[in-house]
Amino acid sequence: MAGISVKIDGDDYSVPAGSTILDACLEAGIDIPRLCHHEKLESAGNCRVCIVEVEGMNTLPPSCVTPVAENMVISTQSPAVSEARKVMVNLLLAAHNCDCLVCEAAGNCELQDLAYELGIDVRSRMFENSREDLEPVDRSSPVLQYDPSKCIMCTRCIRACRDIQGKGILAALHRGAEMTVGTGVSVWNNSACDGCGECIQVCPTGALSEKESPGVRSWEMEKVRTSCAYCGVGCQLDMWVHDNKLVKVEGADIEPNFGSTCVKGRFGHTFVNRDDRLETPLIRRNGRLEKATWSEAIALVAEKIGGIRDKYGADAIAGLCSAKVTNEENYLFQKMMRAAIGTNSVDHCARLCHASTVTGLAAAFGSGAMTNSIAELEHAKCILVTGSNTTETHPVIATVIRRAVRKHGAKLIVVDPRRIDLVKDAALWLRQKNGTDVAWLNGMMNVIISENLQDTAFIEGKTAGFEEMRSVVELFNPEMVEKITGIPGEKIVEAARIFAEAEVSSIVYSMGITQHITGTDNVLSVANLAMLTGNVGRASSGVNPLRGQNNVQGACDVGGLPDVYPGYQKVADPANRKKFEQAWGKQLSPDNGLTVMEIIDSLETGKVKGLIIMGENPMISDPNLNHAERALDSAEFLVVSDIFLTETAEKADVVLPAASFAEKNGTFTNTERRVILVRKALDAPGEARSDWQIICDLSTALGYPMSYGSSSEIMDEIAEVTPIYGGIHHDRIQEVGLQWPCADRGHPGTMYLHKGKFKRGMGQFHPVDFIPPAESPDSEYPFILSTGRILFHYHTGSMTRRVDALNEFVSGAYAEIHPEDVRRLGLVDGGPVRISTRRGQIETTVKSTEMVAEGSVFVPFHFAESAANVLTNDSLDPVAKIPELKVAACQVSRV
Amino acid sequence: MEKKVLLSEEQPGFGEGLLKALAMEPAEVVKTVKDSGIRGRGGAGFPAGLKWSLAADASSNVKYVVCNADEGEPGTFKDRVLIENYSRRLFEGMAVAGYAIGSTQGIVYLRAEYAYLVPVLEEAAGLSAGEGFLGENIQGTGFSFDIEIRVGAGAYVCGEETALLESLEGRAGLPRNKPPYPVSSGYLGKPTVINNVETFCAIPHIILNGAEWYFDLGVGECSGTKLFSISGDVERPGVYELPMGSPLEELLELAGADDVQAVQVGGASGRTIAAKDLGKPLSFKGLPPGGSVIVFDSSVEMTGVLENFMEFFVHESCGQCTPCREGTPQLLKAVEAVMSGAVSSIQELDDYFTLARVMKTTSKCGLGQTAANCFVDIITGFTEFHGDGHHHHGGDA
Repeated sequence: MAGISVKIDGDDYSVPAGSTILDACLEAGIDIPRLCHHEKLESAGNCRVCIVEVEGMNTLPPSCVTPVAENMVISTQSPAVSEARKVMVNLLLAAHNCDCLVCEAAGNCELQDLAYELGIDVRSRMFENSREDLEPVDRSSPVLQYDPSKCIMCTRCIRACRDIQGKGILAALHRGAEMTVGTGVSVWNNSACDGCGECIQVCPTGALSEKESPGVRSWEMEKVRTSCAYCGVGCQLDMWVHDNKLVKVEGADIEPNFGSTCVKGRFGHTFVNRDDRLETPLIRRNGRLEKATWSEAIALVAEKIGGIRDKYGADAIAGLCSAKVTNEENYLFQKMMRAAIGTNSVDHCARLCHASTVTGLAAAFGSGAMTNSIAELEHAKCILVTGSNTTETHPVIATVIRRAVRKHGAKLIVVDPRRIDLVKDAALWLRQKNGTDVAWLNGMMNVIISENLQDTAFIEGKTAGFEEMRSVVELFNPEMVEKITGIPGEKIVEAARIFAEAEVSSIVYSMGITQHITGTDNVLSVANLAMLTGNVGRASSGVNPLRGQNNVQGACDVGGLPDVYPGYQKVADPANRKKFEQAWGKQLSPDNGLTVMEIIDSLETGKVKGLIIMGENPMISDPNLNHAERALDSAEFLVVSDIFLTETAEKADVVLPAASFAEKNGTFTNTERRVILVRKALDAPGEARSDWQIICDLSTALGYPMSYGSSSEIMDEIAEVTPIYGGIHHDRIQEVGLQWPCADRGHPGTMYLHKGKFKRGMGQFHPVDFIPPAESPDSEYPFILSTGRILFHYHTGSMTRRVDALNEFVSGAYAEIHPEDVRRLGLVDGGPVRISTRRGQIETTVKSTEMVAEGSVFVPFHFAESAANVLTNDSLDPVAKIPELKVAACQVSRV
Repeated sequence: MEKKVLLSEEQPGFGEGLLKALAMEPAEVVKTVKDSGIRGRGGAGFPAGLKWSLAADASSNVKYVVCNADEGEPGTFKDRVLIENYSRRLFEGMAVAGYAIGSTQGIVYLRAEYAYLVPVLEEAAGLSAGEGFLGENIQGTGFSFDIEIRVGAGAYVCGEETALLESLEGRAGLPRNKPPYPVSSGYLGKPTVINNVETFCAIPHIILNGAEWYFDLGVGECSGTKLFSISGDVERPGVYELPMGSPLEELLELAGADDVQAVQVGGASGRTIAAKDLGKPLSFKGLPPGGSVIVFDSSVEMTGVLENFMEFFVHESCGQCTPCREGTPQLLKAVEAVMSGAVSSIQELDDYFTLARVMKTTSKCGLGQTAANCFVDIITGFTEFHGDGHHHHGGDA
């Protein structure tokens, strides 16, 4: 862009056209005081603190909203500017409740800083206090509070809620000096505010703050940058700690979240402070778990596990590593299973969420991960979201999608049986019957091919198998698809056109696609659609499975799977085995290990006798829980390491107290393949230790010595044996994480995959026919049940249900049932209901809502007292061995 | 002396000016308006021809013509008289503007208190449409222009053109930052010409009689005639049309004002002048010619008048920007302190004069920029301070 010549405070500068005066001044290294301006928000020009003097203008324009013009002469410190700025701050102070002595924001308040900078003390105040009565503080929200007497009406919070989060819950209410920020519906908690706290993050004063006081002044807290322990977005957080307590969390303004968080990220980590954390090892004696020393516990585990190995062979032992712990720990865990014990039976809950992504995308593209990056989504022209209630499961990614639509005009297509929140932003919502995904995907492709909208050059140049795929897709005309899926044919046509005609289209999916007996088929179909339209290998395009857990991507990457070594190097390939035998100095088993569901089955049949679980809670997370419980009960020896005594730990023979994510160093890998640092902010309670230290001791006791000085050393070893992590070391990711593949120290990481050509060479189309779900509604079980997550709780609830604020948002289990069904069955909204399937039954509470279609029921699975997984079907996808958690036939009845 | 053009009893037929304009090139129409020297009759005085040419040059398929009929300045009622009697002239002027800038849609934004005039406007629009001066293909020329009537919700600030646009778009009437100006990004982000009722009503006369004729109606360098609503302590309150640039005393003479302590010219946001200044001209360079003239005789305590005006501004401030939101209540507090006798000398109010100066240069819109005018004029010109703690109104101080 052509430069514009300006003079600022006597010096000449050339600045880009379109700059504001503020941009120009900052570029020139001249800071201008300001309060309502925020770099992430559209400027409002409200506070008038950033005014400057411009030759020829008879007003003092606010620099944040005034564009530069050729030969503009700007003064940032003229007497008129100084006078005006002093008046402005005095006016704000006169209207401000200056109780800095006890204000949480003291030391962290932009108004306070400005008053200090301008030297405005109480004696030199120009104006008397203009606030006669202090309005009451709105403390109705479970997580935050609003004190109007400290609000300077900068409107940052309103703009952040609207423009960053895309929620638009806040507004300026009333006028003039009575203006205030509010939700417009009496008190805060009566609004749709979900407590993300973006407003607190941008508030320059103490007007908006955490409801729970840190109990300590800001300058006494220590700030530690780390990664969120909840979902796969991998938000970077600043944890404020004091006296070995976590007291406050803020979003860090870097990739991938750029300051944003969800309610769990900001307010949901206080579980680390709980006094029911496990603090000593426990050993079952006479049927009861009793406190023990570390040496007793480790010795007992080595004796029992070693004994089983010696008696029944290594494959009588299995291990579950964890999508919640670090890469370093998962790496060591699988290394222990493979090298110290001698079995490949190591798996984890990825089996239950994205196993079919790994199998499907590996077959189609050669790599089973999100092809593109989170930030790229904002610039897609069309986004197809299916089987992902993104707003609740990956809240910060949902904000990116909303910005793509609202700010950049992207077209959003939602395909989901539920009326999820994103439907509000969607150009098109297709409501398919549960478990009919292959049909509508084939239907869209049928339309694209029949209307000749496919990307022929891409298909011919970069893919194979198109003709075979076409021969199947040809059968799926919109009429036929309507019959299978219930989606009107014309909507299939419209969706196909929007998707194919957009300049760049991205597919976002999650467990609505993967958790089916046809999970792999579904993923292959999604891949087909992306390839058909040339939407792979370009920025803002791609196939983007959103990974559920904070480190489910990493746990898979570093070998927490029974058929691959770290970096998806197949166990079945002797060359790989040889490589790892050399690296680990031990002969390794040539046989693929067992998957989660196979381990559970084998426990019941007695094939597996010893089970080591690190930070997983299959007693809530596995399908068909009654079966899972019988299996765990029949284990000869069960070891669990965790931070709390979970439902699974209660069944263990030995429980090992683990350090939480806040108490150790290491890395997670988020859903966009970004390896991010986890930093120690607190000392672990009691004798709890990091899992990697526990594993080292355990492995050593099992006769395979392991010793590392730090998690960084472990990562160096991972880099050595894992080509996709080849260049990833802790020292390289101190600021911003690196995205794999990253071959060596010089490699900058990979923003999106398959650029130029597919990882596997040619992209492979697969002909995929429609197969109905394992269970369909019938006269005995007439409803369709699906399960999933909600915003305020996480997975098995072991963390979130120990956070009071989150319990205040949602305190217990419920079942979403359509109002018409509620009426017909004689149920009452908020009243009890019984839901039963062929596997079991639960009692829970009715939530009457049009979120679900008639004949459908949705139950969140976080709640042990009404565990949804008692009901779910453990029928498996034959390839990925993922159970069909998303479809079961059920009965709904009065209690 | 009065010079009746807009209020003339012998008016050209409605539509004649539009017909003549439609026979001209749009650029020629813009040039005529430019040459006439007419400046915005709402009070801000922006040259209408320049505004039109900027909107005409803006490239967009969709443009709007908006009539600001939010006549909210205290003491102003000239637009009401025009709407009551000459709505068809107003529409005609808007259609000419539409033709000149390339717009087919006009919107009249009527202040809430004038809602009773909606039937008047609608009847006039019906008549004009019936005669083919509004609607599709006006008089067979291929030019189409429609009018929509919209009613405000009672906020003074919506007379500010960008607040008006916000209100039209269905949001709270909060003034926008400028630039961009409405001529490039106005209603729904499209180029928009916003003019006052009186400005539009003058346009057909200008088209019919020529730029030079119109310019010459004014005194000296001033252009055209101007309507003034005069009220207060006068014998014949009402609306008078005078050549722009006429001295205030001529208007006072017409209305019959014998005992003059102070005159508020240009409304609450205008100036308050003393009897010695009555010879000054009503013009954009002289006394603000927005249209409101309120006369106060010697019996009136002006500080009380000031309190009334400050309460008005406190109530009407939209609250967006600091100087207006927080400054107006501070000025009101100062006035109250003066009235209670707590201020013994004008020097004690130094910080408030600084505030007044800063409000003028830093407020976001005209409301805040002018809200302190009456404070400065009345405190300096009509308030006496005594060390004994009692204040006296000073008449012709």
